[in-house]
This record gives sequence, C-alpha cells and structure tokens, in this order.
Amino acid sequence: MEPEREAAVRDAAEAVARRSYGKLVALLAARTRDVAGAEDALADAFAAAIADWPASGIPKNPEAWLMTVARRKQIDYARRRRSRLDADGHLRLMAEEIEAAAAAESAVPDERLSLMFACAHPAIDPGIRAPLILQTILGFDAATIGSAFLVSPATMAQRLVRAKSKIREAGIPFHVPERSELPGRLEAVLEAIYAAFAEGWSDPAGTEVRRRNLAEEGIWLGRLVASLLPDEPEALGLLALMLYAQARRDARRDAQGEYVPLTDQDPSLWDVSLIEEAEAVLARASALPGSGRYQLEAAVQSAHVVRRLTGHSDWAAIERIYDALLAMTSSPVVAINRAIAIAETRGAATGLEALDALADPPRLANYQPYWAARAGLLERTGAVEDADTAYERAIGLESDPAVRRFLQRRRSQLRCTRNSPSR
Amino acid sequence: MKYMLLIYEDDADRVANMDERMPNCAAYAQAMMKAGIYVGGERLRAIGSTTTVRVTDGKTRVVDGPYAESKEQLAGFHVIDVPDLDTALAWAARCPSASRGVVEVRPVWPTQLPG
Repeated sequence: MEPEREAAVRDAAEAVARRSYGKLVALLAARTRDVAGAEDALADAFAAAIADWPASGIPKNPEAWLMTVARRKQIDYARRRRSRLDADGHLRLMAEEIEAAAAAESAVPDERLSLMFACAHPAIDPGIRAPLILQTILGFDAATIGSAFLVSPATMAQRLVRAKSKIREAGIPFHVPERSELPGRLEAVLEAIYAAFAEGWSDPAGTEVRRRNLAEEGIWLGRLVASLLPDEPEALGLLALMLYAQARRDARRDAQGEYVPLTDQDPSLWDVSLIEEAEAVLARASALPGSGRYQLEAAVQSAHVVRRLTGHSDWAAIERIYDALLAMTSSPVVAINRAIAIAETRGAATGLEALDALADPPRLANYQPYWAARAGLLERTGAVEDADTAYERAIGLESDPAVRRFLQRRRSQLRCTRNSPSR
Repeated sequence: MKYMLLIYEDDADRVANMDERMPNCAAYAQAMMKAGIYVGGERLRAIGSTTTVRVTDGKTRVVDGPYAESKEQLAGFHVIDVPDLDTALAWAARCPSASRGVVEVRPVWPTQLPG
C-alpha cells in the first residue's frame, strides 16, 4: 500500500472514530447492554476498516459500514461465548438488524443520549459517571481519563470495567427516561458532563494538555446533549455556563502565570465568539419554562461579562440571581458568593454580615473560598488584624500555588495600607 | 430479566406488627401477580428461628442464630421478571417495607443445569 493512501485512510477512519464512536457504541450496546463487548467489536471494526479501505475505497456511509462489521464481530463473540440454547434467538435478532441496516443504508440512528443516561444511572457510582461517559461516548482510554482525574490508569481501568459490568449484569436500561423522571435523571447526566469540564478547567495554567482538552470535550458533550434535548432549559443552561467559563480561560492568568481574579480580569482577553454563543444559548434557555441551577449560574456569568461592554459587572443582578440560587440549593458556596455580591451593592460591612450569618460555620472552617472572601471583606472594612488572620487561613487551605501567591501578595499589602482602608 | 427483591427490616418491629401490616404486603404481592411479573416470594419467620450451618474440614457445625447480627435483618423476598433495572426499582419502591427498612434489588444469575 502506498504510504499516502494509507495515511488518507487512517485519517478518514480517525475522523469517523471521532464523530461516530459514541453513536456506534450506543447502538451496539443497546440490546446486549454489554458496553465492553460493544467497544471490543468496534475496535475490531476500526482495524478492519484500516485494512480494507485502502483497497476497496472509503465507503459512502462509513458509519453504516463500521456498524455492520462490528455487529458481525459481536455475533462471532456471542457464538464463541454462549451456549447454543440461549444464543439462537439473540443471534437471529442481530442478524436481522444487520440485514435491515444494510438494506436501508440510512443514517445510523443516534442513541448516544440513551447511553449517557445508562452511564449516569443512579445505580452507577457518581464518581465514575463522568469517566464512563468520556470513555463510551468519546472513546477515551483509561490512561487518559485516569491522568485527567488524577487516578492511576490501572485503578481507573478497573473502576470502568466494574461500572460496565454493573450496567450489563444489573440490566440498566438504555433509554431516555420518562418525562416525569427526566429532570432528576438529566441532572445526573449534566453533573457528569460538568465534572468532566471542571477537571479540564481546573488546570488554568494549561500545562497539562490532557486536562485542558477535557474542558473542550465537556463542551462538546454539552453541545451534544443540548442538540438532542433542545427544549430542556438546564441542558442549555449548562452549555451556556461552560461556554462563559471557557471564554475567560486565558484571562485567569497574567503573562507571568500569576492568578487574576474575575473582577480584575482584562475583558479584552475574553473570547468574544464564545461569549456571544453563550448569550444566545442562555437566551434560548430563558425562553423555556422552568429554570435551574445551571441556567442561574450561567446568568451570573452573563452579568459578569457585561463588563466588557459597560465597564462594570451588574452586581445588582448578580445579587438577585444568588438569592434565587440560595433558595434553590442552600449551598454554602452560593451563600459566600452572594455575600460578595452584597458587598458590592450595599458595602463591605453588609457583605460581612451576610457572611457571618452563614448557618453552618463548622463546615466552612476548612473551606478556602470562605476565608478568602472573609479576608477580602475584612480588608475593605479596615479590620486589618482580622483580615490578616483570615488571609492566613485562606493561604493555609489553598492548593493552587498561583492562588496562594496571590493571597500572599494581598496579605502583605495589608500592612502597607494599614491606616487607609480602601473603601 | 429476573430480579430478587431482598427485604431488610427491624426484625422485632416487623414480627410485632405483622398482623396489622400483612394486608398491605399481600396487596403488593397481588399487584405484582396482576402485572404478570411475579415469579415467587415469601416472608420469613422471626430471626430467632434461624439456624446457621457451616462445614469446615468435613465437619458440620450448627449454630443457633443468624450468620450476621444486625438490627435490620432479611425479612422476606420476592422474585420478579421485568425488562430492566428501572422497572425492578419502580416495583421495589412500591414494597411497603421499603419505607420502613430497605429493599435490595439484585439480578438473578441464571443457573445452567446439566442435561
């Protein structure tokens, strides 16, 4: 085989793999619920494609070609593995499907959403849902997922195998839940996608390529779910939220790699096209009935990025949105952010009162954002000694060296401004 | 797929209130039969009636009482035949004991008998 032709075929196969991997796994596993078996069959089909396509040419419908070959592989495995008795009916069904697919030559149906609902089923351990989706929908290997989630490849592989056998043995269905159950179940899918995105986003220096890519893959999954469930405001809300965050990704560090908090970021470093897309998606979500956590968090982001046009964040809107979020989630993280917004709308002292009013201080005692927020507000009220102590706590609890250096700078500046509170 | 619903409850409380609770449990079993999914099931006698057997090095040891001591004990079971886990979980949630104790849902691993 000529090297160019081989390379072209490889590229074509890789392009299909990238676009269709999850679609094919979803279809192959839908009946058997055997995700691992589906992945094996698909891997064999890709190997066959790389062997056959250079001679036979790239088929008109590569997805359907791969599907047919993978189905045959599945039948081969089943023949080898199963007793004649219970395999017969199963094999006949699969063979019929192959015939139907070959005859129809139609587009391969998209069952990825069903696969995602299986991966994020309540019977699956929450911690493995995001890795499972990354593997089954995007074809990531265990080593890549492991390094992104800071778990050894062997451990990650083991946990993925366990989750897949749970899907098969427990009979977890591949379908989009009924309307009445959809909100709760969709939340788990969105949570898993957001977890994948957050793993990627939490590498602000962008030094770890695998983790950085994860943020983009999270957005890709978010787009997929939003396109498959276009009338679910939370699916749109999550997509908007991730797009806003991604738009600000490069502005989080200055040229020296130092941490820049959101309020100090240079809006000209924000990605305008991502922001515009986020605004459009959020507008679509707002037009639909019902709102949820992701939509509200995206709205907070929208009120922040308005600074690129007006020169300042819309703090009054941010405070109102956090009020709504707090009523919805009663999360301490939201309460802290609400206090910061109150400090902007009604002064640092009022913000500090809101922070003091937090119901559950023991839970916050080791929570860095609480101490960082407290330090900032104390500094602004001129309570230098208390601010110093709070900065010390925040520094002691921070794990990111860049943020730690930022807090240290703020702490040492306290001493310079000792007798001249900034606000 | 066949699933076993294993019912765990506070044993003393269950036995003491059996008469009062039985009609609801019977109605539940009846509903599963009507749905055409019921394979079988039973309630169990009080935990004190348990005898545990273990064979070590060919010697049979018989001990009075259950294998594991705990407040919540196996109280009974149902086997149902439904298409998938979601359906099994929906039936488990209807079990009156699910609001007092817990119901474990486990897929049956079919035995292939020789011949």
